[in-house]
Amino acid sequence: MTGSRMDTRPDESDVNQPVLGFVGTGRWAWRQLTSMRTALFLLLLLAIGAVPGSIWPQRNIDAGRVADYLASHRSTGPWLDRLGFFDVYSSPWFAAIYLLLFVSLVGCVVPRSKIHWRAMREQPPRAPGKLERLPEHGQIEVDGAPEDVLQVARDVLRRRHRRVRADGLSLSAESGYLRETGNLVFHVALIVVIVAVAIGHLFGWRGDRILVTGKSFSNTISGYDTFDPGPWVDTAGLSPFTVAVDRLDVTFEEHAGGAQRGAPRDFTAYTRTQASPDAPEIRQTLKVNSPLVFGGASVFLLGNGYAPVITVRDAAGQVLLHEATPFLPQDANYRSVGAVKVSAASPRQLGFFGFFLPSEYLDKNAGPSSFFPDLKNPALALGVYEGELYPQGRPQSVYTLSTEKMTQLKNAKGEPLRLLLKPGQTIALPGGRGSITFDAVQRWAGLSIRYDPGKILALAGAVAALAGLIASLMIRRRRIFVRVRPQGRRTVVSMGGIAKGEDPRLGAIIENLLGTIAERTGTKTRRTVTKAERTGTTV
Amino acid sequence: MTNETLAQYANLGVYSAMVVFTLAMVAFAMDLAGAAPRLSAVAPDIEVQPALVGGGSSVSGTAARIPVEGPDLPRRRKAAGVAMMLTRLGGLLLIAAAAMRGLSVHRPPLGNMFEFALVGCMFVIVVFVAFSLRRDLRWLGLFVVGPVLLTLGLAITVFYTDASELLPSLRSVWLVIHVSVATFSVALFTIAFSVTILHLVKTWLEAQDRQDSVGMSRLRTTVNTALPSARSLDRTAYGIHAVAFPLWTFTLIAGAIWAEQAWGHYWNWDPKEVWTFVIWVVYAAYLHARATTGWSARSANYLALVGYAAILVNYMVVNVFFVGQHSYSGM
Repeated sequence: MTGSRMDTRPDESDVNQPVLGFVGTGRWAWRQLTSMRTALFLLLLLAIGAVPGSIWPQRNIDAGRVADYLASHRSTGPWLDRLGFFDVYSSPWFAAIYLLLFVSLVGCVVPRSKIHWRAMREQPPRAPGKLERLPEHGQIEVDGAPEDVLQVARDVLRRRHRRVRADGLSLSAESGYLRETGNLVFHVALIVVIVAVAIGHLFGWRGDRILVTGKSFSNTISGYDTFDPGPWVDTAGLSPFTVAVDRLDVTFEEHAGGAQRGAPRDFTAYTRTQASPDAPEIRQTLKVNSPLVFGGASVFLLGNGYAPVITVRDAAGQVLLHEATPFLPQDANYRSVGAVKVSAASPRQLGFFGFFLPSEYLDKNAGPSSFFPDLKNPALALGVYEGELYPQGRPQSVYTLSTEKMTQLKNAKGEPLRLLLKPGQTIALPGGRGSITFDAVQRWAGLSIRYDPGKILALAGAVAALAGLIASLMIRRRRIFVRVRPQGRRTVVSMGGIAKGEDPRLGAIIENLLGTIAERTGTKTRRTVTKAERTGTTV
Repeated sequence: MTNETLAQYANLGVYSAMVVFTLAMVAFAMDLAGAAPRLSAVAPDIEVQPALVGGGSSVSGTAARIPVEGPDLPRRRKAAGVAMMLTRLGGLLLIAAAAMRGLSVHRPPLGNMFEFALVGCMFVIVVFVAFSLRRDLRWLGLFVVGPVLLTLGLAITVFYTDASELLPSLRSVWLVIHVSVATFSVALFTIAFSVTILHLVKTWLEAQDRQDSVGMSRLRTTVNTALPSARSLDRTAYGIHAVAFPLWTFTLIAGAIWAEQAWGHYWNWDPKEVWTFVIWVVYAAYLHARATTGWSARSANYLALVGYAAILVNYMVVNVFFVGQHSYSGM
């Protein structure tokens, strides 16, 4: 079956082996790598190699879970980490598998393309001596001289066959070249997909931004909370669009019970956008599954949460801080953590750290918790620290407090002070430190902005691969041979066929072709040799 | 809003289908049991021409030693007829159940594991019935209805999820395109899996038969007679795989397009993506092995079994136990 073999060269294993030189060894290694057996082995290795990435958490997807895993598996964790089990798809061993496979793919496609190119231009082989010995065979008697009948047969064969060869009173025709073409297209298209993925990695970028409703952001590196560019991205040349989120509507499942209760049902962000500072402002809605598009970059709505609006005043009633502070949801009911950092407080800076709970209740074990993701009973539960907020000016997360240079405030009983605030409520801080007010709750939209210049190429490659695959699996390569001989005033047309692999339709095709020939020659009373007779002759 | 009454009718449809399939399974089993040659019908030492044996290719060369029914007495297969009718009825019940489930929530019933299982079983039966109109598949019935019954049982007890609306990320036309084709190709892989297992059994029986057919137990003889030749089983399995694999490729591509729209990246090695890819690679290896000289059909078929094991992992383990963006099991 050369039609679907990867390497059409003969097996080299039993060749007598003289001492191989450097070139010889290289050639041997190349043959081994491009052999079908190796390709199969690499394919299976690729499948096995991909599995760990679904079992262990991956840094590129969820770095937090990797840290948790490492913290709870102190002995095995570091070893797994050294072996790359938390970055499987960028680990050297995974890269080695797919690069070898890539080379093997190229090494098989190139020579096969050459062979196929030649085969498409070659004449089909001469008709064998005894057509009735072929897997399928049929015979009819038609009106007309052998030469004329041959011409008719030739025309009939030409309609379905790429090449028809005439040899005296016999014809050979071949069809189904598309099978191998499809097979090659499939493999070449896979190479295209791999190249497209590489382009995406090199020139693509992604950025994430948590945007509180009422605020806007522009597409510059400083506009992002996190920005992750490919190595060859020109970060100064980002397209200067801006997005403002006016409102975010969120609905959760209220009716169904069980695990479905509280499941998200709809997120809609109402935005105003500008493609560039001079462009007109457009109102657009942004939803999950329908991103905003600016040239090549797309803005996705991937997350949402709450940003309580908090005001902190000093003892004199002077406002030290007034802003909406995003809190990060920790569970399906949006129990969210966050920190409020009051650097303007004096003499010591103040920090609040704790939870925002959209539907607050007090859990005996877990403390303040939330029973539903929507705002049914919003509350803030905070602890208060004072001291130095930014020791040595080290960068830190805006959602946590670095408490190494801070002390927690205590209540009169000497227990850590805990504040529970409802919207509109103000609580005075002990010791004349001023007050904190929970003014209102806003929502924030988690926007993710992606640019991948390789994605259209990847799609084109994938679709071409699918088309090639279908062609290579569904099309059959067949050879049809015809011979005519005079029988009195009439002519006997004998036709035989052979296919690569199993071909249940070959018999019917021969019968059809013979029928068409009879029709074209104007034969009224034709005698077709029946299938039973045919099998009778071959047994 | 969900229509609870319709959802309950859908469940009723599933239960009824299970009853019908149980009966069909019994009938198919009875039919296969009847394939055993009646010992009284055996003429001790007739030379039987291989070409004359009913069903043919299972006997080659050593035909004379196998007890055979007379060629002019084709086995009456009343039980198989009943079983096929019951299978069609069960199929209709499943179609009705899936339709009512969908209508109860105003969306295609492809949103959670219960619904995947229901629609997958429906596809298996529809494909089997459609295919049986063109070919005699009565031998396969037991091995299609059995797994379907098992899956439905799991679906209605373990995987069951109340009818409800969808997560925002699932609200897309790609749900229909991606998930229905995925479910359909899994249905094809399931049938191909059954046929592949039967091929391995039959290959083994034929090998035994060649060595010593007289010593074969009655059960083995029955199975050996009931099944088509190993060669024909292998051809059927390959044919189904060759249709299912491009559909799976399409599933992968459609999933990538949808992921690009919903999450902003067409491929992010989410556990479900990983396993979809693993399945694709294993079946690609199977098709390659089929085309490689030096690999027997049997060892290639083991790869197909590995591929199906990966499908089961993808459905049952990944959906429930792995953390990822495809966590839609509803459990």
